[in-house]
Amino acid sequence: MKNLKKLGLILTVAMVAVFAAACGGAKDGASGGKDGKELSGSLVISGSSAMQPLVAAAAEEFMNDNPSVDVQVNAGGSGTGLSQVAEGSVQIGNSDVFAEEKDGIPADKLEDHKVAVVGMTAAVNPKVGIKNISKEDLIKVFTGKITNWKDLGGKDQKIVLVNRPDSSGTRATFVKYALDGATPAEGITEDANNTVLKIINETDGAIGYLAFSYLKGDQATPLSIDGVEPTDENVQNGKFPIWAYEHSYTKGKADGLAKAFIDYMMSKDVQESLVPDQGYIPASKMKVERDAEGKMSNK
Amino acid sequence: MNGEFRGRMLVTLCAVIMIAATIAITIFLGTKGLQAFFKNGVNPIEFLTSSDWNPLKENPEYGALTFIVGSFAVTVLSAIIAAPLGIGAAIFMTEIAPSWGRKILQPIVELLVGIPSVVYGFIGLTVLVPFVRSHIGGLGFGLLSGTIVLSVMILPTVTTIATDAMATLPKNLREGSLALGATRWQTIKKVLIPAALPSLLTAIVLGMARAFGEALAVQMVIGNSRDLPTSILDTAATLTTIITLNMGNTTYGSVENNTLWSMGLILLIMSFGFILLIRYLASRRKL
Repeated sequence: MKNLKKLGLILTVAMVAVFAAACGGAKDGASGGKDGKELSGSLVISGSSAMQPLVAAAAEEFMNDNPSVDVQVNAGGSGTGLSQVAEGSVQIGNSDVFAEEKDGIPADKLEDHKVAVVGMTAAVNPKVGIKNISKEDLIKVFTGKITNWKDLGGKDQKIVLVNRPDSSGTRATFVKYALDGATPAEGITEDANNTVLKIINETDGAIGYLAFSYLKGDQATPLSIDGVEPTDENVQNGKFPIWAYEHSYTKGKADGLAKAFIDYMMSKDVQESLVPDQGYIPASKMKVERDAEGKMSNK
Repeated sequence: MNGEFRGRMLVTLCAVIMIAATIAITIFLGTKGLQAFFKNGVNPIEFLTSSDWNPLKENPEYGALTFIVGSFAVTVLSAIIAAPLGIGAAIFMTEIAPSWGRKILQPIVELLVGIPSVVYGFIGLTVLVPFVRSHIGGLGFGLLSGTIVLSVMILPTVTTIATDAMATLPKNLREGSLALGATRWQTIKKVLIPAALPSLLTAIVLGMARAFGEALAVQMVIGNSRDLPTSILDTAATLTTIITLNMGNTTYGSVENNTLWSMGLILLIMSFGFILLIRYLASRRKL
């Protein structure tokens, strides 16, 4: 009889545990330090895998400065970041795209913090032999109207397209600002930056698109577009059109630890050393700005 | 008595939790997977029969046929490669060289299980894709590369189960056949393989179930394009690769996200199908 009771208890506990695991999300609150008190608590950040290295590096330094704070940075994709911050299971959701651009996200309930800018450009296999392309030709290449590099003054080599999946933020940015909204023709599709880079390097005639940070080595050749070189300076002064913000979203106004962390991300320290080190462009250095509709204006 | 009772309850509890988990997953995937049709109004017939997948268009199209075809193509093709190899290895280990053959081959096969799928994918991307491109043709990315990677991955499943099936055949089958004057090869071909056939088929089907669900390694080598493949060298996509490529970038509750869950539901239904097939094959076993 006694055993039966004990068993009942174990069963109940087990069932509760199973259900909790099934239904539960991370819902821990962060007790942020206000009024200059020492910060403590835990902060969960998720989202954009493109931002993950930057945010993780910043989080590490933030934790060094505030030993009793625990910051967890998970990747998972921009969609995951936006969904999770909107439903409150993480305090900060990172995204490569504006929340307004994603289906099913209550963008008006989220506050946008643009922590960095990332420039992107088309990159080709070095053997292709071109370094500059006009926007018109770029669109023709990606929509499959031009299929051989010799038509553009390069090698006699079939063009191989390397795309991102439909839902990718990099693809959305590239389609919007490099292809003027034209739908790319079918080709190899990969999500991870490093895989895309590897494919471009190893496949004759390949063209894809990547963030500047992945185009630093002597592997893939980044293309100038209409004679404008893909450099941080050209993005900052608005000459080079293919770039996107790296957003950190909070639900409502940022407060507590989330606010402290975002303030830290925007601080001179991070903006001027960590951000460029990781291959991004500091948001503070931008001379132009862009809204969710893509309209550009001077700051 | 006390210990008996406790032990019995402990294992019952384990079973109950497992059953509960499976049912929970089924219910969850069922409701999530049907939302695209009931809530978002995606036409299920179009979803299953159209090969136009353009979720970002003004009038989005959600046809998953390309991915369903891709999944079946790599699964069947890799079974065609892995089945003869796995069953051949099993016969070698049990009938031809039971002593040293098993000692060498078994650890080698078991080693293949331990390699994570991302490593298979990486080897495929680094070695196989360039090889196919320069020696066979096409881009290197495509059905053929996906098939080769998958067949290596399912080989251990097929081999292990086939070996067990052959090893558990009663001795008197062999002895009887040999006593009648049959050679060893005749015995294997005419007696042992037919006798073990249902189990051998089970081995193949289990391998196929694994191939159908594999995502990461295939994703790295298959090319993931949304066009229906017309040759084995063409790029293709499977249900799993489309799910893994898009799941993180789409938001919960959006139509595109829901259609990804629907693809997950198809995978679950297929997995049930494979299990039913295995049960059917097992029930036909005569020995």
